[in-house]
Amino acid sequence: MEASKVIHAIYNDDDVLMHAVKEVRAAKHHIEEVYTPFPVHGLDKAMGLAPTRLAICAFLYGCVGITVATLMMNFIMIEDWPQDIGGKPSFSYLENLPAFVPIMFELTVFFAAHLMVITFYLRSKMWPFKQAENPDPRTTDDHFLMEIPVQGNEQDLHNLLAKTGAVEINVVDKAH
Amino acid sequence: MYTLSNRLKIVSLILIILGAVLWGTSYFSSHHVTKDDVKAMLADEASHGSHGDAHAVADSHAPEAAHDTHASEDSHGQTDSHSASADHGDEHAEHVMHQIHNRPYSALYVAAFFFMMIALGALAFYAIQFAAQAGWSPLLFRVMEGITYYLLPGALIVLAIAMFAGDHIFVWMNDEMVNPESDKYDKLVAGKSGWLNTTGFFIRGLIFIGGWSLYRFFARKFSLAQDQAPEGDKRNFKKSFRIAAAFLVFFIYTESMMSWDWIMSVDPHWFSTLFGWYVFAGMMVCAVTVMAMITIYLKSKGLLSQVNDSHIHDLAKFMFGFSIFWTYLWFSQFMLIWYSNIPEEVTYYVTRINDYNLPFFGMIAMNFLFPLLLLMNSDYKRIPWFVIMTGVVILAGHYIDVFNMIMPATVGDRWFIGMPEIGAILLFAGLFLFIVFYAISKQPLIAKGNPFIKESEHFHY
Repeated sequence: MEASKVIHAIYNDDDVLMHAVKEVRAAKHHIEEVYTPFPVHGLDKAMGLAPTRLAICAFLYGCVGITVATLMMNFIMIEDWPQDIGGKPSFSYLENLPAFVPIMFELTVFFAAHLMVITFYLRSKMWPFKQAENPDPRTTDDHFLMEIPVQGNEQDLHNLLAKTGAVEINVVDKAH
Repeated sequence: MYTLSNRLKIVSLILIILGAVLWGTSYFSSHHVTKDDVKAMLADEASHGSHGDAHAVADSHAPEAAHDTHASEDSHGQTDSHSASADHGDEHAEHVMHQIHNRPYSALYVAAFFFMMIALGALAFYAIQFAAQAGWSPLLFRVMEGITYYLLPGALIVLAIAMFAGDHIFVWMNDEMVNPESDKYDKLVAGKSGWLNTTGFFIRGLIFIGGWSLYRFFARKFSLAQDQAPEGDKRNFKKSFRIAAAFLVFFIYTESMMSWDWIMSVDPHWFSTLFGWYVFAGMMVCAVTVMAMITIYLKSKGLLSQVNDSHIHDLAKFMFGFSIFWTYLWFSQFMLIWYSNIPEEVTYYVTRINDYNLPFFGMIAMNFLFPLLLLMNSDYKRIPWFVIMTGVVILAGHYIDVFNMIMPATVGDRWFIGMPEIGAILLFAGLFLFIVFYAISKQPLIAKGNPFIKESEHFHY
């Protein structure tokens, strides 16, 4: 296990961090992870992360929602027991459609929102009682941490990171 | 700085002339239609009833059923003046003759209102940008100011057409309807004559137009003065901010009343409380769409180089959002009336669904489904031709929306989008293009004195 050692470079300003990320990427080092206390605008672009596909998921979940609503109400109100309720036409789904639209809308939103959130939790591996993966508690308050795997180039990396304005550079053995 | 090209002048002149010729021809041909012509036509339609769809539609209307279009004149038993001895065929022929005569007036009015509402919506959007101190939009202010330049002439034309057409569009403008002695007396219309009378209509119209134009005049003046102001002098901007806030209050009252006067009163027996909002939503979509189209056009000529795709993205987001807002109001109005099905309210939709099925439901596809699916993706909102394509469909859809609001009350089932309608659209499109681009060519395209202009130049999303 060669890459069991990582370097933790700690910064105390998001601008400095952004520049550091760009420089480290320019020097062709792989950035394993960056920990920040708040969203840093443009960090994903600087790190070269692929755009999220969560919105596409949400659209598909919304389609599922409207399908569920339509099939459910078509079965209940039109096919299973088409009663005359207050003179509303229950001969076909289309004829009584306006009355179903509020539910179709809400179920679309409900499915899109909730399934998207659950997808987000699953993809980002978050759940109750999950062990926090925080290498340094200060990153939740006012420090920024960049994690880079060491591949036999420890001294180079150390110099590079020191040049980018890191306030603290630690080599950590990750082998558990 | 944009210069009005000769090509644009010629194009708009051709549109105006072609439109005027088309509309004028249909005006004269329809005005020579007499009751005897109509009788012959109806007899012909009746005898060819089984031939085509068009004939069948006309045929299926029994004389009694056809009377609900000019509801105020003919339905409502208590006011029905036509004695039993009168020949019913005669009555029907007269009714159809009125519809045929009304058509060119309504076609002109629909197109005039459609282009006026673009300018009015742009003015409201412009005022919102100042009142909200938006940081993204100052680069587009000169485009918006250009569009709003059409408001004064456009709104005066709408009012003039309304006064000129009289009871061809607004049945309550017929004095006979409020005269208890007359056989055309209509108790419901007479009861509303405190609001719906020609003098009041005209004076209110002038107040609306005066207020809007006054704001437009001073907003433009302060905006230009801010450009000339020395560095750090923000007095003109502060004035713009204050009058924008005051105008928005004035606007939301007058826009609502304008929609009762200029649109809802074509059906004087019908009323709806959210109508003002509904008209407002439609005009905002059209205004933002036209803004996006003109911005993209000017940018394609290299004149708005600082406008980036984030500005287009924002405009497209507004097109998307207001389209959905419009649909929300359309559906709220429709569903509430459909659900409770109270006869005095529901006739409005009965006429539209029976006689205007395709335009009535087709516009939902154009104004809702199409922008919903095309503008949902955030990458697509940055592609100019995508925004233009969606914009064309949205504008066409909202023309049909205005068409659906006016035509069923004036021409009933005798509608068609033919010579008078297309002529009127071309006529006002030419006028709109010429006036708007003339206004845009008068001043530099960037409001450089605006305190938010730097933010707008660096705007990115």
